Amino acid sequence: MRIALFVTCLSDTLFPQVGQATTVLLERLGHEVVFPQAQTCCGQMHINTGYQRQALPLVEHYADVFADADAIVAPSGSCVGSVRHQHATVARSLGRHQLAQRSAAVAAKTFELCEFLVDVLGVTDVGAYFPHRVTYHPTCHSLRMLHVADKPLRLLRQVRGLSLIELPDAEQCCGFGGTFALKNADTSTAMLADKMTRVLSTRAEVLTAGDSSCLMHIGGGLGRLSSGTRTLHIAEILAATETGAGS
Amino acid sequence: MSRVFLGMPAHAPADVAALHARRPFPDAARDALADTQLRRNIGAATATIRGKRAAVVAEVDDWEQLRLAGQAIKAATMSRLAEHLQRLEREVTARGGTVHWARDAAEANRIVTDLVRATGADEVVKVKSMVTQEIGLNEALAEAGIAAWETDLAELIVQLGQDTPSHILVPAIHRNRAEIREIFLREMPGADPALTDDPRALAMAARAHLRRKFLTARVAVSGANFAVADTGTLLVVESEGNGRMCLTLPDTLITVMGIEKIVPTWSDLEVFLQLLPRSSTGERMNPYTSAWTGVTPGDGPQEFHLVLLDNGRTAVLADEVGREALHCIRCSACLNVCPVYERTGGHAYGSVYPGPIGAVLTPLLTGTPGNPSLPYASTLCGACFDACPVRIDIPSLLVHLRGRTTQERAEAHLLPSAEAVAMAAASWVMASPRRFAWAGRSARLGRLLARRGRIRRLPPPLSAWTTARDAPAPPAQTFRDWWRSNRGKQ
Repeated sequence: MRIALFVTCLSDTLFPQVGQATTVLLERLGHEVVFPQAQTCCGQMHINTGYQRQALPLVEHYADVFADADAIVAPSGSCVGSVRHQHATVARSLGRHQLAQRSAAVAAKTFELCEFLVDVLGVTDVGAYFPHRVTYHPTCHSLRMLHVADKPLRLLRQVRGLSLIELPDAEQCCGFGGTFALKNADTSTAMLADKMTRVLSTRAEVLTAGDSSCLMHIGGGLGRLSSGTRTLHIAEILAATETGAGS
Repeated sequence: MSRVFLGMPAHAPADVAALHARRPFPDAARDALADTQLRRNIGAATATIRGKRAAVVAEVDDWEQLRLAGQAIKAATMSRLAEHLQRLEREVTARGGTVHWARDAAEANRIVTDLVRATGADEVVKVKSMVTQEIGLNEALAEAGIAAWETDLAELIVQLGQDTPSHILVPAIHRNRAEIREIFLREMPGADPALTDDPRALAMAARAHLRRKFLTARVAVSGANFAVADTGTLLVVESEGNGRMCLTLPDTLITVMGIEKIVPTWSDLEVFLQLLPRSSTGERMNPYTSAWTGVTPGDGPQEFHLVLLDNGRTAVLADEVGREALHCIRCSACLNVCPVYERTGGHAYGSVYPGPIGAVLTPLLTGTPGNPSLPYASTLCGACFDACPVRIDIPSLLVHLRGRTTQERAEAHLLPSAEAVAMAAASWVMASPRRFAWAGRSARLGRLLARRGRIRRLPPPLSAWTTARDAPAPPAQTFRDWWRSNRGKQ
């Protein structure tokens, strides 16, 4: 299958290893990955902060760049959530009805990595090897906007060497929330503190999730504690093999 | 309706402090977060209610169908609201009641005050009601020399403690037993000095105190959970039975009701009377459901007044997206699952309607300039939408209101804030692949701030991030550069 990678702006500029892992993983499963180089950002930050007008060029750009793709995959529940649940709404609310239709069509073939692997490719064993104690945080947008449910867990359970530890109160938000972390820094920090307590209680070596943004928030907090628990995007774990992640 | 109203519907007036937050949410939240006792009280209470609710919701096989039915009834009712309200007025009047229309809080308070004065009474007993909190009725009555006694146990605690409610269903959720004992000893005339903080002892003390009020008061004031247009019937659901005492013992009953509380028929109640108790108290059925229709000679209040309140509701109705907030049945399930509410408590929202629904309903009623920080008091985690018994998409309403807030600021030609400039710049950069690639590469400059792959201090406004967390150092190579060197151009 020819798969267009939407790497997301955060992965492109701050976490390129997540995009690399996604590429390597999909190629290992026998698919062709293409990277439309004109892609930029889904505009979620603009939309969720109230800048719908400023997001509109990004919504339009996304629809243009990915118009011809068969399937689009992104290593982020929240970016896919925005494409699927916000793009057409933003276009419609600003009177761009034709764009709304195009956005809805592109959204229908945009998938979060885990749901793509399980629902579209029909695999749960991706041939990964990762001999570590891992706990999984279901990010809010994967969980409630996309309903990925236990798909990431089904993928992780098939990883050889990996021992999966349940995260207490896993479904509680970590407190990131995009610009919420800046606008309501104190509340965000209080939520982060509780999330870190739960993560540390598992004694896992690695905390994983399907969104680099939430991991940046939790990992940034764990880094301050010198806790020894590190954060990895689920794509990095699924791409890992006996011979290393490979790129 | 007696008057013809032309023009745009008005928002709730700003002099009603019960809806207009005096401080921005982040500031008020900071104080609440520092109060560790408050956080413990609220955390423990919401966790208990969450557990109870989850258990009783899981018992219902067709819960999702019930939610869809609730949503559909509300949407259909709102689309013909005026028609249903006129029917209600006709039916109430035909059964011996009197209907009053109040455009806003001030008008409603004036109507109620005049009605109480006309009876010659100088005190009223009250059934727990959010809408009378919204309009500040107790304060307005006090100004007119009329004492209003709250009879719901939690409202009584709040009133005696000269406090304000911090939860829709459990107004004293921020108080623990020891604090309640202290309030009773201090404020309740004739309280036994040997009173303990045993819940039963506290309840008995409140009971003795309230019984005196029930037996002497000649006027009662209530809100309404529902009004059935078809028959002109009003309903109140409650747990303690104190409300029923107020609804049946006094000579005069005055009910204040937000115009959105109406349902067309009795069969609609079937849906809501299943959804409400399970969502709010985590019970299969609430202990007391009282319904009354006009007046019945020789039984119950002999005079009945219904005050129909707008106070910004038709303005909400005029907002095509926002009107969904009027579907709320005040169950408070969204408060109990909200991670932000759990940590800040209700007072931080500065409105009688706190939590996720308050963060949308309050600015909708007052207009967003009246409460610009509330739509941002959420991470958009979506737990509220999942919990809402009538499927109000609160996250989408929050995003809609954020859009309205920035749009209105732009139209008011407020000077561009640092945020607006940054957002416009980011949009400009991200709309072009060339500019975006350049910006990605420039981010490498951030590596100068990093030590061992982490940045411990960022300049403002990003310094809010590094007060509690490290930031990742930008990589030596962006993804698109890696792609170009490893997978070639496509």
